Amino acid sequence: MAEILFKQVAHRYKSTSTSKTNTVAEQELALSVGDFCWQDGGAYALLGPSGCGKSTLLNITSGLLAPSQGEVFFDGVNVTNQSTAARNIAQVFQFPVIYDTMTVRNNLAFPLRNRGMKEPEVSRRVGEIAEMLELDAVLNKKARGLSADQKQLISLGRGLVRKDVSAILFDEPLTVIDPHQKFKLRRKLKEIHRHLKLTLIYVTHDQSEALTFADQVLVMNKGKILQQGTPEQLFENPAHSFVGHFIGSPGMNFLSCDLGNDAVRIADTVIPMDAQLCHQGLLQLATLDKNATTSIGIRPEYLQMSGDPQLNGKAGIAVTLESLENYDAYQMATVSFSGATIRVKTRQPPESGALYLQIPESKTRLYVNDILVNANG
Amino acid sequence: MDKIKNNKAWFLVLPVVLLVAFSAIIPLMTVVNYSVQDIFGPDNKIFVGTEWFVFVLQDERLHSALARQFIFSFSVLAIEVPLGIIIAMCMPKKGVWVSVCLVLLALPLLVPFNVVGTIWQIFGRADIGLGGWALNALGVDYNYAQNAGDAWLTVLVMDVWHWTSLIVLLCYAGLLSIPEVYYQAARIDGASAWAVFRYIQLPKLSSVLVIGVLLRFMDSFMIYAEPFVLTGGGPGNATTFLSQYLTTMAVGQFDLGPAAAFSLIYFLIILLFSWLFYTAITHFSGSQ
Repeated sequence: MAEILFKQVAHRYKSTSTSKTNTVAEQELALSVGDFCWQDGGAYALLGPSGCGKSTLLNITSGLLAPSQGEVFFDGVNVTNQSTAARNIAQVFQFPVIYDTMTVRNNLAFPLRNRGMKEPEVSRRVGEIAEMLELDAVLNKKARGLSADQKQLISLGRGLVRKDVSAILFDEPLTVIDPHQKFKLRRKLKEIHRHLKLTLIYVTHDQSEALTFADQVLVMNKGKILQQGTPEQLFENPAHSFVGHFIGSPGMNFLSCDLGNDAVRIADTVIPMDAQLCHQGLLQLATLDKNATTSIGIRPEYLQMSGDPQLNGKAGIAVTLESLENYDAYQMATVSFSGATIRVKTRQPPESGALYLQIPESKTRLYVNDILVNANG
Repeated sequence: MDKIKNNKAWFLVLPVVLLVAFSAIIPLMTVVNYSVQDIFGPDNKIFVGTEWFVFVLQDERLHSALARQFIFSFSVLAIEVPLGIIIAMCMPKKGVWVSVCLVLLALPLLVPFNVVGTIWQIFGRADIGLGGWALNALGVDYNYAQNAGDAWLTVLVMDVWHWTSLIVLLCYAGLLSIPEVYYQAARIDGASAWAVFRYIQLPKLSSVLVIGVLLRFMDSFMIYAEPFVLTGGGPGNATTFLSQYLTTMAVGQFDLGPAAAFSLIYFLIILLFSWLFYTAITHFSGSQ
């Protein structure tokens, strides 16, 4: 187990084009994560769309890939140039990797035997892990005959048998598992994390997987880490509009607006906003050119719709209903006002007639150039 | 479920049956016909039953030809398969050299059998052949026309030169199809290069190797043109393999009866061994 620290790590894949420029242009980087750290014993999820650099970051952590810039430290030791085996990392891949010709037992024993462990010790460890993963019934079977989820458990088991692994990395491990087994496997992973206190790093593009698995979620896009936080933080305070869009289903509503001293204006609709927040937003705008964008973000879950223009003494915004979709537990209304469309998650179907939208100020976030503005600066 | 009793579908198989009949069964039956008769002329033939089979099976020269054939075929496999795997593993996986390697390797495969024989026949000569001359210059007493061992080795080297590429190309394709994650997983598990070969590459190659071994066994078992061009089966009987012996019997001496009986036995031997190989290899890789 180890604390894994990144210092100014960036990676660029060798391009096949014959560009002769030696300067590393920001746009060409597949990954640029700056300084950050995986704490010892944490359960992390790396979340982002396909091609955002998650797997690259994972492979740099495990040492399968050497970063083109920066350094990686395990417990303060520089391991940037160390091999995967030397770093003592375990990695579970998207597709189960097993040694076809070996039995399940030999598969699990393989990493231990490669490291020259004595045979009685090997069989003790293998027995323990097989029991934990519920593989003991198939220990003497050929690994190739097993189902995909059992094969994936073997891949995981080969990581777990080594007692001193620094971290276990998962690269979208549930891709080939069917939904029912997915749930079981994920629970197993959580159990293992609680039990063994290992650092787990889990790459996925599925937000529900990430949010249920991890204590800390890192959202990535275009090779950058946009935000790190608990699932709740990501939901409540997305640091970047991309995070707002990506987390939640549907994602956050973003409405471009003009910023005033104590309100924002969307065409001719005025939405009141905390003066301190507006002040910070204006300060930031002042440092940017005039193409800078301002928008507010609000989760569909926090919007309220009613036929009453004055709900609890607060004036609502008159909206027109564009469409209504039915889901099992809720309804999704798309409404518009002043040229802006916004989605509202509601339990009751809206009444016919005039509709008024309540935007709670405490749940409204302000974004300048897609980046969250904090009231405290 | 009740099956509908209708045998009309058999008519659809008829064209294939006819085709196979004309291409295989009828010629084969002609051979069977010859093998049970002693033929002196068009109107002068005697039914002899299994006499020719007994004669052929007891023939000393046939026994030695068969033994030579087996030694040759197994030597071919023992050299070409490991060598093919090694070359395939040494080949570059990408870049311009891939095409260069592939073209160079494919060249021998395109050369006709008797041309291969001619090339080596000249190449091995001590007076005008570069190979033979060089060996003699180095002090090796090499002369395939007089020395039985030299002739046998020359045929073996010829076959290795001609056909190792086939194994290389099959293995190369097999190696390329192994996903990169297997190698990554092996690195994570701390596997040695040997373990990677033994537990990842070899198992993944087993299916192409079955094909390769079968093809090379059958082909080498039927070798004819190369020893024929080189020494005509000599010196002595050193390179008289089964087909050579058969040809001498059928065309040289016009012993059609024994030759036909021998052809059938030859055919059955190849069939039997191919089947044995196939079952052994699939069973072996299945139970591993």
